[in-house]
Amino acid sequence: MKKLINSPDNVVTEALQGMELAHPDLLKVHYNPHFITRATPVKNKVAIISGGGSGHEPMHGGFVGLGMLDAACPGAVFTSPTPDQMEAATKAVAGEKGALLIVKNYTGDVMNFELAADLVRAEDIPVESVIIDDDVAVQDSTWTAGRRGVGATVLAEKICGAAAEHGQSLADVSALCKRVNGEARSMGMALTSCTVPHIGKPTFDLPADEMEIGVGIHGEPGRRRAKLLPADEIVELLVEPILKDLPFKSGDEVLLFVNGLGGTPLIELYIVYRKAAELLQKAGLKITRNLVGSYITSLEMAGTAITLLKLDGELTKLWDAPVLTPALRKGI
Amino acid sequence: MDAITSSRIERWLRDCARVFPEHKDELNALDAAIGDGDHGANMARGFTAIPPKLDALAGKEIDGLFRTTATTLISVVGGASGPLYGTFFLKASAPAKGKLKLTLPEFCACLDAGLAGIVGLGKAVLGDKTMVDVLTPALAALHPKNGDTLTGALERAVAAAREAAEATIPLQARKGRASYLGERSIGHKDPGATSSALLLEALASAVKG
Repeated sequence: MKKLINSPDNVVTEALQGMELAHPDLLKVHYNPHFITRATPVKNKVAIISGGGSGHEPMHGGFVGLGMLDAACPGAVFTSPTPDQMEAATKAVAGEKGALLIVKNYTGDVMNFELAADLVRAEDIPVESVIIDDDVAVQDSTWTAGRRGVGATVLAEKICGAAAEHGQSLADVSALCKRVNGEARSMGMALTSCTVPHIGKPTFDLPADEMEIGVGIHGEPGRRRAKLLPADEIVELLVEPILKDLPFKSGDEVLLFVNGLGGTPLIELYIVYRKAAELLQKAGLKITRNLVGSYITSLEMAGTAITLLKLDGELTKLWDAPVLTPALRKGI
Repeated sequence: MDAITSSRIERWLRDCARVFPEHKDELNALDAAIGDGDHGANMARGFTAIPPKLDALAGKEIDGLFRTTATTLISVVGGASGPLYGTFFLKASAPAKGKLKLTLPEFCACLDAGLAGIVGLGKAVLGDKTMVDVLTPALAALHPKNGDTLTGALERAVAAAREAAEATIPLQARKGRASYLGERSIGHKDPGATSSALLLEALASAVKG
């Protein structure tokens, strides 16, 4: 294992200490239990809180700030955070309008957030949870833990964050979050595996001339292993199942999000974007907004994931609203 | 038949803090085959966090021991096993409320409530290749039969647990991260089922001895 770390045991804490030092104007990091809040919490609105295993940076801590999250709870690498973290974070940032917990659909995350919501409700703080499950790679939802939460999480956090800043109620922001999840679909692929620091060896073996189509953000196996292909053909394999899954129709406006999984350079992501844009145009879709970069990663995994969100006037307005976080800032 | 006292429950929990670190690598290896390879590390971290909290509870009511175990596991283990094992002990605490010792039927009622909690939270059914596959037959075997001794019931439960853990090998996982492997999960022993068997083995040796 070749990593820029001091000790596998200290990876999460030392990274949080670095984030705190780098962004004192935006963030405050709390320890034991670990959670990140805005430098100055705002309590007169619905609080948007998310969390998950570490190793997906900048998600979620990098999205804490004006127009996006109020708090984020980082777990151990690829391991869900615990309910005491969510409880402490919610108490620190939620006011009378309550809190929305945005949860990615992984067994551990769902259970820990469910216990956390019970703890918070017992304190008379209104709380709703919405589960994000946009990964079309999972075809068999009946006999698996269901579709995983991936790229739509970033879009939902941005859009719900804006709605909360505009003063929307908990019920409205929660319904909006479900709508974003319902209108978004994602599919990813890996060129290489990643290595979890405390395990020390690659999560899966992938020969030099093969790729995993439909990989999950923790290296979960995808739809199939295949021989490596040129980028354009890979993008076809990702876009086709997305278009098939959601009834996008000609004339629809969409947000195209091309995400890097951590080990893929931006130059390659733009090659992916180029082909994805061409395919969407052929399908009659209008890309009116986009996001290109590594926003939801799997440590150093090389690969990409494409997320498509169907837009309307309201979603577009909320996407365009100002945001000021370590990882995403625009309109300010 | 002997009663199951608070001090024997305490011994069980302290033994778990030894048993899970001893089996850490084995559980990690099972998890690496069909999950993310950290089940042993998570269980060892969770159960070793319990003994320091037991000193203040020595000789106290059993529900308090179970509740402390529950909150510790939930806050320390993370992932799916933290909430599941935590819920097991949390739900097991209610029937033990205010009791310093339990008869075997009372103890069975506690563990059955714990299992019901796991099923409620995790929604697994028999055959999904999870801890439920071990706990269901093992706790059924623990219920006393005519002319039974406590030791006899415990030995029956452990035998059922071991057999059930092995019986997860040919199953296809339908819950948790392993479920994404589909048929590729067949042929591997489930790490959660294995840790459940270890938990019951530790119970038997602590309560018998």
